Amino acid sequence: MSESILKVENLNAWFGPVQALKNIDLEFSPQSVTALIGPSGCGKSTFVRCLNRLHEEVPGASAQGKVILQGKNIYDVSVDPVLIRRKIGMVFQKPNPFPSLSVMENVVAGLKLAGIRRKSILMEVTERSLKQAALWDEVKDKLNQPGTSLSGGQQQRLCIARALAVEPPILLMDEPTSALDPISTAKIEELVVQLKKNITVIIVTHNMQQAARISDKTAFFLLGELVEFGQTSNVFTVPREKRTEQYITGKFG
Amino acid sequence: MTTLRKQIGDFTRLRYKRRKTLSLWMTFLLSLAAIVACSALFAVFGYVIIQGAPHLTLSFFTGLPKPVGEVGGGMLNAFVGSVLMVFLASVVGIPWGIATGLYLSEYGRGRFSFCVRFCADMLSSVPSIVIGLFVYVLMVKPMHRFSGIAGSAALALIMVPIVARNTEELLKLVPQHIREAGLALGIPRWKVTLWIVLRGSLGGITTGVMLGIARIAGETAPLLFTALNNRFFSMAPDQPMASLPVQIYTYAIAPFEEWNRQAWSGAFVLILFVFVLNIVTRTVLRPGRGSVRD
Ligand SMILES: Nc1ncnc2c1ncn2[C@@H]1O[C@H](COP(=O)(O)OP(=O)(O)O)[C@@H](O)[C@H]1O
Ligand SMILES: [Mg+2]
Repeated sequence: MSESILKVENLNAWFGPVQALKNIDLEFSPQSVTALIGPSGCGKSTFVRCLNRLHEEVPGASAQGKVILQGKNIYDVSVDPVLIRRKIGMVFQKPNPFPSLSVMENVVAGLKLAGIRRKSILMEVTERSLKQAALWDEVKDKLNQPGTSLSGGQQQRLCIARALAVEPPILLMDEPTSALDPISTAKIEELVVQLKKNITVIIVTHNMQQAARISDKTAFFLLGELVEFGQTSNVFTVPREKRTEQYITGKFG
Repeated sequence: MTTLRKQIGDFTRLRYKRRKTLSLWMTFLLSLAAIVACSALFAVFGYVIIQGAPHLTLSFFTGLPKPVGEVGGGMLNAFVGSVLMVFLASVVGIPWGIATGLYLSEYGRGRFSFCVRFCADMLSSVPSIVIGLFVYVLMVKPMHRFSGIAGSAALALIMVPIVARNTEELLKLVPQHIREAGLALGIPRWKVTLWIVLRGSLGGITTGVMLGIARIAGETAPLLFTALNNRFFSMAPDQPMASLPVQIYTYAIAPFEEWNRQAWSGAFVLILFVFVLNIVTRTVLRPGRGSVRD
């Protein structure tokens, strides 16, 4: 068993007075895919947004606990959330390319705004990231067109390329395929499996088959609590918890 | 259940004919109101053209005012003064207005920003002559002299709330998830604000700025107690300065026919400028048409 790359200890999160996450403990091993499942509103999004400190950007929201990235707690007062977010990328449920930026400008936005201006580097990163996101062949002649002119599935892969361009060792994906058609979904699933060779992926999904297909481990959330966490094959075949079984067999949620 | 549905059905059928006629009448009245509103504009514009265009000569733009009784002369001093004061007001008012708009939309929360927003709305509905009086007390009195600077200050005060509120409204149209996408990339918040949020709305913000410029270019009242007027060519910002609206006003109320004619010509030029600026802004820089690329 390899050392974990990200370790969550006793994490609690609130929206104003309302607690959305309760005492979450979870570990992620490097070069693995972890699926987060659970009914709507159980706190999956809140959880992943705590991992890159995006949660605190919501007015009134707060979080407490430890999230240890490569040995350091990202909630330490001395830690700059900006640097954390460069190491932990994120893809959102709705494709959100930057409006008014071209395909290429979207991909390199993270680098450019971090001060990297060399054309040759930017071009290289664009090609590498778009290839990683399995989008290069479709857009290599459209690099200067607006990112928003692509189809929904392409936009989502553009967002993945944008996140990968800054080479984060960890990628969070919050229901990345729930707004997409089956073909785009299949492409992104394939992509996640490829990404695992290099990075750690934490993916929220509503789709049980998807979780079963692509993930190594699965965490089941319910009402802000972590109910079960284990090897995906075990969670789906021999869940320890009654509530997990009820959820994956469609009894509720 | 069925009886209720039947009753509703009967009721609707009975009323249908009446509703249709009424709808027709209302549509007619609304169109009429719209037509009357538009024709007012055309009447004003037409009248100014008829009165002002025939006397428009090159020397009107290049000449200076002649003494009473002499024919000819122009309004060069007023054109230059207007351009200078509008320019100075814009240099201060545009960045200030955009900064305020940015604050309100991106950083302002709670009671303070509510106050700022409220004050901006109040400021833009204060009669412009009151703004002029305010600047008179604040600048003209202490400086013991009317000046172009004071005129610019009054115009800037009119411009700031317009630009600020327009910028705020446009930035608020940028969805939250776009900001989050930027933050999630490890881009500091201020860079997200400037390079993603603001840049994406540049087209619309420019529109607001242009309409603000058009608005202050035609303002007369705030200049009366601040820049006053100047019969001579002057570009000194600490001296009284001529402006097109005030020159028009002065010439229009004077008892000399030649001056009255020139007032009409000035009005024609002013209205043309504002009109063209409006049209250009609304067609070329329509908001929502994406950004202006650098
Ligand atoms: N911006 C917000 N303000 C207040 N409450 C929120 C906000 N976002 C989510 N919540 C609440 O937090 C809980 C968890 O939501 P979320 O993490 O989005 O669930 P999931 O992603 O599993 O569907 C829900 O009860 C939801 O109502
Ligand atoms: Mg969610």
